[in-house]
Amino acid sequence: MVDIAFGPSEGKRPNLSDNREAYLDMVRRKRMYGGILMVVFIALMASGWSLSEDRNAGGFLEGLHQIFDFPAEVFAEAWTKLVLLPGVVIDHLPALIETLNIAAVATLLGALAAMSLSLLATRGLARWPRLIPLFRRTMDALRAIPEIVIALVLIYILGGGPMPAVIAIALHTGGALGKLFSEVAENADLKPVEGLASVGANWSQRMWLGVIPQVAPNWLSYALLRFEINVRASAILGFVGEGGIGHDLKLAMQWGQGRYDQVVGIFALLFLTIVIIDQVSDHFRHKLVKGH
Amino acid sequence: MFATPFTPSLAATVTRSFTRKRRLAFAIPAAILAYLIYAAISFDVAGLVQRARFDNAAILLSDFWSHKTHVTRDNRSGDVVVAIEGENKGTYPEGMLPDWVTVAGGVTTVDLGQGHVVTYDDRGARYVVPGYGTIDIHPEGGKPVLTAPEPIPDWISVSENKVSVTTDAGRFSYSRSKVETFKYEAGWELWFFTLESPFYGKSWVQLAALATTGDRIDPARTNLGYMAHEFWTNKMWHHADVAWAIFETILMAFLGTMTAALVALPLSFLAARNFSPLGPLRFAARRIFDFVRGVDGLIWTIILSRAFGPGPMTGAIAIAITDSGTFGKTFSEALENIDEKQVEGIRSTGANALQRARFGVIPQITPVLLSQILYYLESNTRSATVIGAIVGGGIGLLLTQAIITQKDWEEVAYYMVLIVLMVMLMDSLSGWLRRKLIKGT
Repeated sequence: MVDIAFGPSEGKRPNLSDNREAYLDMVRRKRMYGGILMVVFIALMASGWSLSEDRNAGGFLEGLHQIFDFPAEVFAEAWTKLVLLPGVVIDHLPALIETLNIAAVATLLGALAAMSLSLLATRGLARWPRLIPLFRRTMDALRAIPEIVIALVLIYILGGGPMPAVIAIALHTGGALGKLFSEVAENADLKPVEGLASVGANWSQRMWLGVIPQVAPNWLSYALLRFEINVRASAILGFVGEGGIGHDLKLAMQWGQGRYDQVVGIFALLFLTIVIIDQVSDHFRHKLVKGH
Repeated sequence: MFATPFTPSLAATVTRSFTRKRRLAFAIPAAILAYLIYAAISFDVAGLVQRARFDNAAILLSDFWSHKTHVTRDNRSGDVVVAIEGENKGTYPEGMLPDWVTVAGGVTTVDLGQGHVVTYDDRGARYVVPGYGTIDIHPEGGKPVLTAPEPIPDWISVSENKVSVTTDAGRFSYSRSKVETFKYEAGWELWFFTLESPFYGKSWVQLAALATTGDRIDPARTNLGYMAHEFWTNKMWHHADVAWAIFETILMAFLGTMTAALVALPLSFLAARNFSPLGPLRFAARRIFDFVRGVDGLIWTIILSRAFGPGPMTGAIAIAITDSGTFGKTFSEALENIDEKQVEGIRSTGANALQRARFGVIPQITPVLLSQILYYLESNTRSATVIGAIVGGGIGLLLTQAIITQKDWEEVAYYMVLIVLMVMLMDSLSGWLRRKLIKGT
């Protein structure tokens, strides 16, 4: 008789009469696979790094001791102009506020879009269950387009200013948050929704009163995390495109020597802002998710 | 008599709480609205509507899915040049013309379709617009003189030195030095083969026949190999360079993510409360992670490209440094949440610290580790596009260059499609790997 558990074919199957041998056999096989994977991984990493070094303008070893040259040069110059530094920081505050505003507005708009998109794309809650795949694919596409692509195209159409960055980040945020929001909403308790349905509430009332209060803490926590990410994204977009502190940094860098006090000022502003936002959002997220 | 004289009744408490909630329900949307209005004012949204160049949007959209062919005559020498997008690389070679252009003697006829016909001859140029009439232009003293049915409609613009006509079928302009007609057609022309390639203009069936049974065009190699070579070295679309750029972007993301994970894993043991008994050391490790994360990827990228020069390695190192901070934080949090029982079990067999870590700890945090790494691999593919634009490598560089020229929008569209496909591919790849490795199905 053929043992079903080991498949129909005779031959390769663990010899259960000798437990120890079977176990060691399995361990050996596992180790071999692990070893092969490890070798492949190391080969990939090594060839990848050497390939990218070949394509790079400067080599790794020549560059290594230069890493601190630029920061040293910048800080040395800024040190001599230390008294000017507070002034520089104040000069760039409006640009920093613009960067923060870009991130905040984009997070807000993106989160609002993500709220409706995610509810429409969640099984059990969707207004039109047949359209769930459509909304899911929409979110996938929104997530897939990097912000810089939309931002650069919009700069061409809308001209400079912060709006291209806002729209670009908001679209991406809508897709990214939509996915996370819908994962949270999937786990929501449906009883309040049924209760509301039994008293004749329409879809938006069921969502607003039955689902949103349940998921709000988690959603807020994700939105805060996204805001953190968007502040960084908005600084980078400023550097590549236009607007905000990133643009100021680019101008100061292009000027080169003589403006390094500005570079240091902007670096310091950016660093402090990101650290503060990180800490504050960390604190609130813990509070939101773990309860008061 | 008085049971609870000083505590408010239940009804009052509930009413107050409801009032508070109701007020909040209005206050939060109102605050959001107020903030958005403030932002709209500070971002000058009203001015934006005026500054927006919707003609640019129209050019961009039409370039995304169509191409134009220029038929140009030099008014001094009389030479006629037909070129796709007006580019040198897309110029029709001698003796080869699209079927809607005929050159006979000194007369060039351009059939724009729908009855629109443009003729260049030695007297000047004529454009027959159905339902309107003939627009006739002839030079007088070097300046173009227009004869057309009155009144002149607004789609014909006349200035002292130039007459231009824009219709649904195409665009036509006559200036002192040259006369030019643009015909718009759907599709990305020359995407497979350029004009000088022997395979240009052949249908799929013809190509398939050539590849399988046809005689060799170049006796030195097979037709299929020749086709692949012609496609790969296409001068208009640079398929080889684009493929390399995509590979470079993925390479940056892969190297950066994996190196970050390899660096962060040992350091995260130092930062975890249950593995690092030395307070100061733990504090130092955590502050290092915070510092690395706080100095934004943008700043790292700038500093590193000063040291290593532009290229993919710089991008990969920038990703590696930024993400080792993030990984260090999440890994050490995962380490603090492990189940101590398994470590104790391993300890009871007399294992040393390294063995306890390998067999008691790593198996527990592997799911967290893998899902984090795979998630970041996917998100770094996107970041590598942006970082590539700054450090000068990968598809990000090609994209920004194409956008800066402000005319090769069809290339921009092509790169955008490729980037989206690349990110979606990495997304599903990482999702598939995650399911495979973590759930083991």
